[in-house]
Amino acid sequence: MTLAQAAGGLLLPDHDAIGAWRRLRDRLAHADRAARAAALAALAGGIRRTAISTIHAAGLGHTGGDLSVTDILTTLYGAVLRIDPARPDWPERDRLILSKGHCSVALYTTLTTCGFFPADRLATFAAPMSPLNGHPSRRAVPGVETSSGPLGHGLPVGVGVAVGLRLRGSPARTVVVLGDGELQEGSNWEAAMTAAHRGLSSLTAVIDRNGLQQGARTGDTNDLEPLADKWRAFGWEVAEVDGHDHLALLDAVTAPHAGSRPRCVIARTVKGRGVSFMEDRVEWHHKVPDAEQTRMALEELR
Amino acid sequence: MTVEETYDCRDAFAAELVRLARADDRIVAVCNDSVGSSKLAAFARKFPERLINVGIAEQDMVGIGAGLANAGLVPFVCGAATFLTARALEQIKADVAYSLANVKLCGMSPGLAYGALGPTHHSTEDLSWLRAIADLPVVVPADPAQTSAAVRWAAQTTGPAFLRIGRFPVPDVSPPGEPAFTYGRAARLRDGADATLVATGTMVSRALSAAALLAGHGVDARVVNVSTISPLDREEIVAAARQTGAVVTAEEAVPTGGLGAAVAEVVLETRPVPMRLLGPRTFAPTGETAFLLEHFGLTAGGIARATLDVLGLDAGGLGAGGLGAGGLGAGGAGGVGVDDG
Repeated sequence: MTLAQAAGGLLLPDHDAIGAWRRLRDRLAHADRAARAAALAALAGGIRRTAISTIHAAGLGHTGGDLSVTDILTTLYGAVLRIDPARPDWPERDRLILSKGHCSVALYTTLTTCGFFPADRLATFAAPMSPLNGHPSRRAVPGVETSSGPLGHGLPVGVGVAVGLRLRGSPARTVVVLGDGELQEGSNWEAAMTAAHRGLSSLTAVIDRNGLQQGARTGDTNDLEPLADKWRAFGWEVAEVDGHDHLALLDAVTAPHAGSRPRCVIARTVKGRGVSFMEDRVEWHHKVPDAEQTRMALEELR
Repeated sequence: MTVEETYDCRDAFAAELVRLARADDRIVAVCNDSVGSSKLAAFARKFPERLINVGIAEQDMVGIGAGLANAGLVPFVCGAATFLTARALEQIKADVAYSLANVKLCGMSPGLAYGALGPTHHSTEDLSWLRAIADLPVVVPADPAQTSAAVRWAAQTTGPAFLRIGRFPVPDVSPPGEPAFTYGRAARLRDGADATLVATGTMVSRALSAAALLAGHGVDARVVNVSTISPLDREEIVAAARQTGAVVTAEEAVPTGGLGAAVAEVVLETRPVPMRLLGPRTFAPTGETAFLLEHFGLTAGGIARATLDVLGLDAGGLGAGGLGAGGLGAGGAGGVGVDDG
């Protein structure tokens, strides 16, 4: 069987991985802060290494953004979201929407750590007929709530999910992970208004604020600052944290709500985080590491 | 000559939506400050919690529709067809069609319905745009019965759909005693052997009138109502080409990509026969809808003349005087050909 033939077809739950993920969640729930931080750091390290290897093997990926968003995804899937990877359509699940869909490798890898599908399928990423497209498709990948890729789509969908869950009386929460560059898309601000107007306290937007977009710094392209003030002005409560500090992210996302406002967590991150020669370098937006760069990156990420 | 009763299909849409919502609490309506123009006032009174008016924000509206579907609801997302489709086309493609979200997009007041409000408000490109999107059924009811039946179909079917809900008054065209709407099936409203008039939406009643005019000229015209533009009922189109040898299409939309192109693709691939594709091909001038339909030859007379033209027959007896002015379009003598305008 060729890789292409192997790549097609359904992604099914990986029950061994689901078991391991559930044990991790249980352990984290009862661990002290230091142990929790260590466990999430170890999880994130593994995701970064797998992501780098996957991108290198496929010859495709958004390396810098995958590395900047990894700790956000790790924290959410490792310690926050109420989900059941064996039942991706469980109606009462929390929803995570990755609006910055170009960082699909970080998402796919994180989903395999939860057991939504087996990690060995990552080898098919971007291969002909693989369900693992360059941008995540709801059709093909369990755990993907909406197909994303075009920017500025995730937050409106998240608003709709939050409105719908509330109408249904569900306590489930909705988390949308956005890039900072995509905040230049006006659709986000339409959704930001709607979320505040409707008092969607079950909705959280986490912004991967790495300060770089495809071609340059966000500040040199179409400046977003004062970003926190913008969200506050739109009626959101805002927390600003180090986006690589798992416990800070965890605290910000899970803090009790003071009122009915939706929450924005501005996660200050470094694009290419964890690999010295990629960090904060605009060219690593979608540059693919060669064999030597991959070896060096994996070495640094050990 | 009796004056036919005509109807605004939005009323049938709104009434059916309320009926369905009473029985199924998953049904919600989403709109863009268009409670009035989408005829959702009664829905809002009966189900205030289930009317989600996002304000003037179409991208937000369609994304929210996809999110509501993700949460297990059945959203009918309503807005003026041009704003819904043009402003939010990428959301329709990515969030609804590619994501297979259970969203019912309802394009209200399509085509030239906004008359003198002008081309910014006309929705004449929507059929072309949406027909190009995979896995998005495109449905254009022709009268109130079809509208109600299409809304019921949409509510009962899981998956994306676009319904084009007409505002320009139309008479009943659905034959009594038969299902008014069958998804994916065109309806042969009148049989004929000499040519086929393929019409959709507001043009269906006009095609029937055109067939009556043509009968007076010895032309036996078949009339087919295509209420599902995508996926098209290929069999009925192939039968029309094979059995009648000439096809004229009429729609309140640009035929470059809309019904005309859809039918022409099938005819070309299977049984090439002479065709004429009627529809606006330029931005409309100023004028009320009825005037604009005349201007573009979208009248019984215009359709009849195009049919005689495609058959190579003399349209002399069908002069503009007897059949409504303007039907010939700018070119005049050549009839309404595919190259007009």
